[in-house]
Amino acid sequence: MANSDAPSFGGTDHKATVELKNVSKGFGEEWEHEDVIVDLSLTINPGELTVVVGPSGCGKSTLVNLVAGFDMPDSGEILIDGKKITGPGHDRMVVFQETALMPWLTAYQNVIFGPSLRGVTNKDALANEANALLQKVGLAEFKDKYPLQLSGGMQRRAELARAMINHPLLLIMDEPFRGLDAMSRELMQEFFLRLFEETGRTNLFVTSEIDEAIFLADRVIVLSNKPATVRQIIDIKLPRPRNFHMLSTTEAYEYKREAMEILHEEAMKNFKRTDDQADLMGAFAKRD
Amino acid sequence: MAEAVQSAHDITVRPKRSKLSKALGNKALWRGVVALIGFVVLWEIGSQSKIWFGVELPWIGKVPPPSEVVDAWRDVVLLPGYWESWYLSTFRVFAGFIMAMLLGIPFGLALAVNRYFRDVFFPPFEILRPIPPLAWVPASIIFWPTTEMSIAFVTFLGAFFTIVINVLGGARNIDTRYLQAAQSMGASQWHLFSRVIFPGTLPSIFTGAAVGMGITWEVVLAGEMVSGGGQQGGGGLGFFIWSSYMGGTVAQVIVGMISIGIAGYLSSSLIRYIGVWATPWRRLF
Repeated sequence: MANSDAPSFGGTDHKATVELKNVSKGFGEEWEHEDVIVDLSLTINPGELTVVVGPSGCGKSTLVNLVAGFDMPDSGEILIDGKKITGPGHDRMVVFQETALMPWLTAYQNVIFGPSLRGVTNKDALANEANALLQKVGLAEFKDKYPLQLSGGMQRRAELARAMINHPLLLIMDEPFRGLDAMSRELMQEFFLRLFEETGRTNLFVTSEIDEAIFLADRVIVLSNKPATVRQIIDIKLPRPRNFHMLSTTEAYEYKREAMEILHEEAMKNFKRTDDQADLMGAFAKRD
Repeated sequence: MAEAVQSAHDITVRPKRSKLSKALGNKALWRGVVALIGFVVLWEIGSQSKIWFGVELPWIGKVPPPSEVVDAWRDVVLLPGYWESWYLSTFRVFAGFIMAMLLGIPFGLALAVNRYFRDVFFPPFEILRPIPPLAWVPASIIFWPTTEMSIAFVTFLGAFFTIVINVLGGARNIDTRYLQAAQSMGASQWHLFSRVIFPGTLPSIFTGAAVGMGITWEVVLAGEMVSGGGQQGGGGLGFFIWSSYMGGTVAQVIVGMISIGIAGYLSSSLIRYIGVWATPWRRLF
């Protein structure tokens, strides 16, 4: 479907590099202070799909908030194409967990939300691009439906369209397919993969599912348990375009085993920690 | 074969939803009608035969039966004073209610979005809020120059606090991800307010309005009982009930009570109807 007249689907010639340099972030004051991310350094290569996996509650969402600019690191810095991130901007679009489509806007209104905020010079061009994007994500017939009237998979696709129309340099996906049933999830993974392979936009994808990570990624970054730091970087050398059969190759199995071992280790630390807390609770319970 | 496919197709595609919901609507309507008829019949039997199984019925035995109430109503509908009472009460309710909306919505939104505003105005608001509107009646008669204004003020208070609390709660409960998404797409502070916070609060505004409307009818009655009836025979439905009680016609008291019930139901329905129209995204089909 190489149609050069078609709108660019939010594609950009430019592919951004994102660097995190010794980033640390904690929450809470003094005695209840908790480090969530400690001294995390990471480079997201241009045009690559970098997937971050880590045990649940390890600080993945905090990482997303920092890169998106919703929150500032306590120390260290995050650079996009060498420029320091100081707040949210439409060069980085986030596709949120579950869905963050505005419930009071139709699918179409949601898609044009960003450009219409920033002032539109050419309304027809915007409408054309929005319609083409909705077509692309298979929602042309549903453009006038409200999010609540769409299925989970449709909501995710509408949200992808809403992000892409802003031509972001970096697409940040924060466990975007969480909460979908297994079937829709696979379909969405495949759909997203095609989309990425077509545009080759720099992508930071956060998930807790290893299969999802290996299926999608150019590189998998395995995070440690809280406070999060980079435990391991696995280069995924499965060929593109990918398909689900590749997940059953020995190569994929090796990647999975490697990641699983580390994640298991990290998850055990968490267990150990809750065990200690349980002992304390037990001690309190036994007091009288 | 083709026919079978066609008919199967028809079954799934046809707007069965509207048919189904129509049938459901009818069923609900019928249940309501049956319940109302059942209620009236029991009431009639109860007040006609005051002694059941040798025991005097405690409450319903003293209430005039529906037939008597209907008779009283038939007399009353001919009196212009009765209709004037409807008009006066409705006017007071809507005057207080509209003022409460006009002041309560911006006030609630301001409390929600501005920390300094909240720090200053929330504590006095929270102290005034638990005071029942009825307790405001004497003070409001002293404060306001005319009776009409005092009653409208008490009605206003009844709706105001409910609306503010609902608006505040609704605005504070907006998912931060909506705000974050809008922010990263380049929203200014004004955009965040007008394109996210306000539409996000609309459902709560209508919830508050519907509850507030109910309270205004409760309150207008109290206000009118205390200070209504300035003019000949037209002190509002609250005064209508009070004067019927003084005049000793219990059936007419019940006519007044049911009138207020109907008036409250109609005005709440109106608010709900506007609410459904103004928040189309909450309809699931």
